[in-house]
Amino acid sequence: MAKDNLTDTLLDVANLTVRFPVKSGTPFAKKQWLKAVDDVSFIIKRGETLALVGESGSGKTTTALAVARLVDTHAGSVDLNGHDFLALAGEELRTARTRLQFIFQDPYSSLNPRLTAEDIVREPLESLNASDKSNHNKIIDDLFEAVGLRPEQKKLFPHQFSGGQRQRIGIARAMATQPELIICDEPVSALDVAVQAQILNLLRKIQKERNLTYLFISHDLGVVQHMCDRIAVMYMGKIVEYADRLSLFNNPQHPYTAALISAVPSVDRERRSKFTPILIPGDTPDAINPPPGCRFSSRCPVAKPVCSESEPPLTANTDDHFVACHLVTDFGESPITFMRLSH
Amino acid sequence: MSALLEVKNLRIELDTRAGVAPVIDDLSFELQAGETLSFVGESGCGKSMTALGIMGLLPEKIGRIASGSICFDGEDITKACDERLREIRGNDISMIFQEPMTSLNPVFTIGEQIAEVLRRHQKLGKKAAWQSSVELLDAVRIPDPKRRASSYPHQLSGGQRQRVMIAIALACKPRILIADEPTTALDVTIQAQIFDLLQDLREQTGSAIIMITHDMGVVAEIAERMIVMYAGRMVEQGQVDHVLNHPRHPYTKGLIECVPHLLATLTEERLELTEVAGIVPSLAEFGQDACLFASRCNKVDQQCLQARPVEQHFDNHQVSACWHADKV
Repeated sequence: MAKDNLTDTLLDVANLTVRFPVKSGTPFAKKQWLKAVDDVSFIIKRGETLALVGESGSGKTTTALAVARLVDTHAGSVDLNGHDFLALAGEELRTARTRLQFIFQDPYSSLNPRLTAEDIVREPLESLNASDKSNHNKIIDDLFEAVGLRPEQKKLFPHQFSGGQRQRIGIARAMATQPELIICDEPVSALDVAVQAQILNLLRKIQKERNLTYLFISHDLGVVQHMCDRIAVMYMGKIVEYADRLSLFNNPQHPYTAALISAVPSVDRERRSKFTPILIPGDTPDAINPPPGCRFSSRCPVAKPVCSESEPPLTANTDDHFVACHLVTDFGESPITFMRLSH
Repeated sequence: MSALLEVKNLRIELDTRAGVAPVIDDLSFELQAGETLSFVGESGCGKSMTALGIMGLLPEKIGRIASGSICFDGEDITKACDERLREIRGNDISMIFQEPMTSLNPVFTIGEQIAEVLRRHQKLGKKAAWQSSVELLDAVRIPDPKRRASSYPHQLSGGQRQRVMIAIALACKPRILIADEPTTALDVTIQAQIFDLLQDLREQTGSAIIMITHDMGVVAEIAERMIVMYAGRMVEQGQVDHVLNHPRHPYTKGLIECVPHLLATLTEERLELTEVAGIVPSLAEFGQDACLFASRCNKVDQQCLQARPVEQHFDNHQVSACWHADKV
């Protein structure tokens, strides 16, 4: 990715590849690999939010886990604040982890049921922060206030909280070590819609107050549109489109992105009358044997022979709008534009 | 013209450790033939309970219809015997569940599971039922239906499993199809496929659809009328267009505004989402003589806390259970 504003770049991920061994039925068979993340590159600027979107199995969570070193990387590099995060080990890695924290999807299974809320938030402080212990109580009090929990709730256990409150504990825990980057993996998809709004507003508020940077993973394009500055769309382990928020939503160029956006049901009558949903047939193909050429070619409504012959590279067309499609013109005209206007 | 389904003053009670809780409290609505009606609300508001009540599938021993009636085509099915209910279920009224993986039997092929419905209700022979189930799989757009009919549920993707569920539900061309969050577990592109399929099938069979969802976008996309539920009570009812344009209940308004929607053209502006503070009350608080939404409402006053709101009817057939409906 372009490295023009090096000072501004907080996270620089280049050519990241993660693969998992696949068990085959027969012994002594050639080892097969599933490439969950295949040659993925992106940058996140300080204070910004990048969204990884895509359907289940597209590799968004695996990408995040690899960035946080929670799964092993096969190839590629992850640069956090100018330091190679993947090369760290031992004590260095432990210190570096304070700068990168995770908010998990499921607030029910990601909190230890045997610890009180206070102890859950204290855990990263004690295991990662070198700062002296006398400060910890003060830090915890501040965090509870920041995420909108009352002081008397510190002594309660996770099961005594509602889903939204548990996610607040998860957010407080992620903020405890004063990280620069927080990875939010579907932070609201397990919550009711009214509670979602509370958590989304909270995430934006603390981002502004503490100049946090988010890597935000979601399948909900409405939420992504609201939260993010730049968006990377993934399909079968590859980034197929990468652009800033307005450019991506108002001018999606990759047929998959266009289909994804058009498939979101909307309450906006103007939007419904203007765009007909682009239906893409079938399901995501088998990830062990992806189709030759462009991985979307088997479902693409506008695919041409060239699409199944060679894999399109992710290239910049206009204004930092990256897209991996043979059929998008050099001026960033999408092959699917004509389908978006119903009249 | 009388309605296909007429629910009057329905009250469903559930035994809890704290006592009896009315999970559905005085619910009345009508469903016309061929119409799509949507139930909306957060989890724990009684949407699924309504569906189970209509299907006669309330949890045995702990759940019961305490009062009210459910008239299907003139017959009160709350008074029907088990045998008659079995005749109606799957034949006249059928249901699609949220989780297609757990609703299919893992040890039978999908063709067998569809054929079972046809053999039971339409008294088809083994061969004819199998043949019909292949045709049904084709109708729900499963590729290569002949071969696929011999597959087991685990060999299908989530979207395909939900299609099988739809095939089972539609096997006897029911007059009412209840879909309980049919696409919540699926990706958006698959969701779009399923909705497209449901719309097509509705046109072919003329079934009325009750769509249970929490997504206002889904309501706007496929339903004609909607009912908003909160804590076991109907809070608003009306034509989808009317309700979305001008919600008459603070809860409906909150539900619409708290979601970041995709709009026709996106602009730089991103306003704070409207929050509906707090959460749905627990079952123990259901059934009070007060507005149950009062604790989360910004228009609350003394009256709201003292008496259950009376339904207010508007000229466009919109109904709102709020003391301040005309000011919302």
